[in-house]
Amino acid sequence: MAELTVVKTEAEKGLADAFAAAKPKLPGGGPVAAMREAAFRQFQACGLPNRRVEEYKYTDLRALMRDAKPLAAPPSKAAIEAARDRKPFDELDAITLTLLNGSFVPELSDLSATAAGLTIVPLSGALAEGNALVAKVGRLAAGNDDVMVALNTAFLNDGLIVEVADGAAIDRPILVRHVFGDASAAATFARLVLTVGKGARVHLIETFCGSDADYQVNAALELAIADGAHVDHVKVIEDGGMSLHVSSLLADIGAHARFNDFTFITGGAAVRNQLFVRFGGEETVARIHGASMLKARQHADTTLVADHAVGHCQSRELFKSVLDGESRGVFQGKIIVQPNAQKTDGKMAAHALLLSEAAEADAKPELEIFADDVVCGHGATAGALDEDLLFYLRARGIPPKEAEALLIQAFIGEAVEGIEHAGLRELLMESAARWLAARS
Amino acid sequence: MPAVQETVDQVRRIDVDQYKYGFETKIESEKAPKGLSEDIVRFISSKKDEPAWMLEWRLEAYRRWLTMREPTWARVDYPKIDYQDYYYYSAPKRKPTLKSLDEVDPEILETYKKLGIPLREQEILAGVVREDGSTPSRVAVDAVFDSVSVATTFKEELKKAGVIFMPISEAIREHPDLVKKYLGSVVPVTDNFFATLNSAVFSDGSFVYVPPGVRCPMELSTYFRINERNTGQFERTLIIADKGSYVSYLEGCTAPMRDENQLHAAVVELIAHDDAEIKYSTVQNWYPGDAEGKGGIYNFVTKRGDCRGARSKISWTQVETGSAITWKYPSCILRGDNSRGEFYSIAISNGRQQVDSGTKMIHLGKNTTSRIISKGIAAGRSQNTYRGLVTAHRKASGARNFTNCDSLLVGDKCGAHTVPYLEAKNSSAVFEHEATTSKISEEMLFYCRQRGLSAEEATALVVNGFVRDVLQQLPMEFAVEAQKLISISLEGSVG
Repeated sequence: MAELTVVKTEAEKGLADAFAAAKPKLPGGGPVAAMREAAFRQFQACGLPNRRVEEYKYTDLRALMRDAKPLAAPPSKAAIEAARDRKPFDELDAITLTLLNGSFVPELSDLSATAAGLTIVPLSGALAEGNALVAKVGRLAAGNDDVMVALNTAFLNDGLIVEVADGAAIDRPILVRHVFGDASAAATFARLVLTVGKGARVHLIETFCGSDADYQVNAALELAIADGAHVDHVKVIEDGGMSLHVSSLLADIGAHARFNDFTFITGGAAVRNQLFVRFGGEETVARIHGASMLKARQHADTTLVADHAVGHCQSRELFKSVLDGESRGVFQGKIIVQPNAQKTDGKMAAHALLLSEAAEADAKPELEIFADDVVCGHGATAGALDEDLLFYLRARGIPPKEAEALLIQAFIGEAVEGIEHAGLRELLMESAARWLAARS
Repeated sequence: MPAVQETVDQVRRIDVDQYKYGFETKIESEKAPKGLSEDIVRFISSKKDEPAWMLEWRLEAYRRWLTMREPTWARVDYPKIDYQDYYYYSAPKRKPTLKSLDEVDPEILETYKKLGIPLREQEILAGVVREDGSTPSRVAVDAVFDSVSVATTFKEELKKAGVIFMPISEAIREHPDLVKKYLGSVVPVTDNFFATLNSAVFSDGSFVYVPPGVRCPMELSTYFRINERNTGQFERTLIIADKGSYVSYLEGCTAPMRDENQLHAAVVELIAHDDAEIKYSTVQNWYPGDAEGKGGIYNFVTKRGDCRGARSKISWTQVETGSAITWKYPSCILRGDNSRGEFYSIAISNGRQQVDSGTKMIHLGKNTTSRIISKGIAAGRSQNTYRGLVTAHRKASGARNFTNCDSLLVGDKCGAHTVPYLEAKNSSAVFEHEATTSKISEEMLFYCRQRGLSAEEATALVVNGFVRDVLQQLPMEFAVEAQKLISISLEGSVG
């Protein structure tokens, strides 16, 4: 409320100072600078999101983000060399692109291996030289009033602009590695802009990993999907154990399109994974799945808004979380059916498995419906492993830990099944198995 | 199927015509000056002949209220309320002492007769058959008219059983120890903006105490009526079920049709000790405003039950059809081990009504269970929101909850929303939640119409089937009334 005098936190003051200092050096011409300025004003008006802000009820960033880390500098030669070994998902035959400490590193990327109809441009270069593609940056972010997206807009310094031409089918997945390599903490603000043309086919995989420093990631992906396109997007968050991770997906989907999204969270001290998906054309089918496996004092929040602006679309959401130690898993999902979005078919489910006494699961599955001829539903459950199932397995001579692991794998597997890429599906199930092995 | 013009017109027509309780009782009344101040709080307290501690309690609440801000999180939209523009106390003028019902103003008696509320024990006991052929039911009634209770029936018979059933204003004078012990113990004075306002200016309501081991011999009921212009009604109800006792309590409300908005901010506190059970049913039918949303009651209610003892049970059943704005979350605090909370709700909105209602189930004790069944029906241009919280605390091992909230949309100008919060802080807690939203299926309507039912009858039938789970929970007398209400609110709104 306006009459409230907001006391600025250390982090908020730090961000204001950082913005003032960085402003002249950040890349981009007049319109980009104006966009940054407007976005930062939005942040200053609201401050960091806290629990009084409904969308952040369970993830109080004002408390979780104690200070603002300095902006990450472009990586040194030594840092690049040191990062050569960090190759998550190297087993995949993919077009690999690396963002080290938030900056694009050509040495760790294969820009040469492009396919027909695929254009990949590093964002910082495009901003500096005033590339025509820069006009696409911020198009989808502009319609979003989330403060963390605004912060990404204010500070974005690098990332990638990827264009898939109409009708192009890119057979190899595009793998974008977000790596934080430094031993000392810093903040990164990368932006990916992926535009998929009519009837095109593309597969984007993003991975996040990093050092044990308490670094801060604020990444955003603007994803515009034209009519009839088929897009898969998988995000794997395996950040370092001290890190604060915020990433946002801003997707706008045309008609007759297919969109599969999956998020897998095992890393980070505090994670806020936001998905804003807007259905802008009829007859589109979207499957938005996710799984998180948390332990110790980890906190992971998945917040999803599926906005059905037009009718005749189908959306399926399924999120699973496995919570051990004193971890806290949050799921907030909202299906919006706008007036006249008739014949919308939306189903959302969130399931949490509590493995320890001190773990906590919070779920808020919302429906917001303004059209009468729709079928929408949601389900949410929270509970411990089924004693009967455990007993059944143990009666067959399977040791308790193993029986638990089997059940947990099956639980996670249901969500992972939604991934179309078989190789990736296997890699993620292996990752889940590793997590379970480390548990016992 | 998009709504045809005819349907839209029908929906628009119904609200004003259908509200049959919209008459006004012409009666002289005594009012406090308009507005709210410490003097008004003192005025109300002195009118009620309250002891000093009660006045202090009220004043403290009032001072606290001045520092609070009106909550804005609910999905309801209304012009800012000017709290100085209401009368906080209004009572029918009456003779200094009222010995029997015959001395009650005949206008008031007429009002309750029109509303179908039996106030004459003789008539009830004699089994008089009314003109319309119905027999009055045997229910003890406390009738609250604006700010005062005008009559309470069956007092003597209840007294024999040891049950105390009286207006709270009397209870403050006659049973100060009980009131002092329990008032504000479930909904603290500082709980929320509306509850604090109520604590400062509450006028009347019911007080029920059921002694240990007693099964209350009859249903208790309160009928609330707002009559006077520009008044706020601040009902305060306190029900205590001592160890091993049982009580079923019903509440009904209506108001005349007026252009301006009236305020109703109630607080209801329930306390169930070991093995006790309280069943609380509401049929809320305040004036909902006209088709364009003019007038109607603002209904801001804090209802909370405390399952304080082991194996206690509190069950809320509500049928919400009235009010321009509803802001109401009957909740259960499951403190005692093995205690149980239930919430059954049907919320129907039409015209430009806005409903934001639901429940909170707070699991604190071990092996506590709760069940939530909520059915929302939105028609016309209304907005109908279910908002509910289920939480299990660290020590609430074995907590179980089942929630089912369904919404039905009638017409394409309305909205139905579901905002459930689930917080599991204990690994042995098992929560299940499901929600669906749909429209009445064409096939069902077709099937009914084929058998000769009109479109409206068919809709009413389908809707009644949809809400059956909840209606079953209502006491007999209310179930019939509720069923009638449902067909009224939906008449003409076939999508």
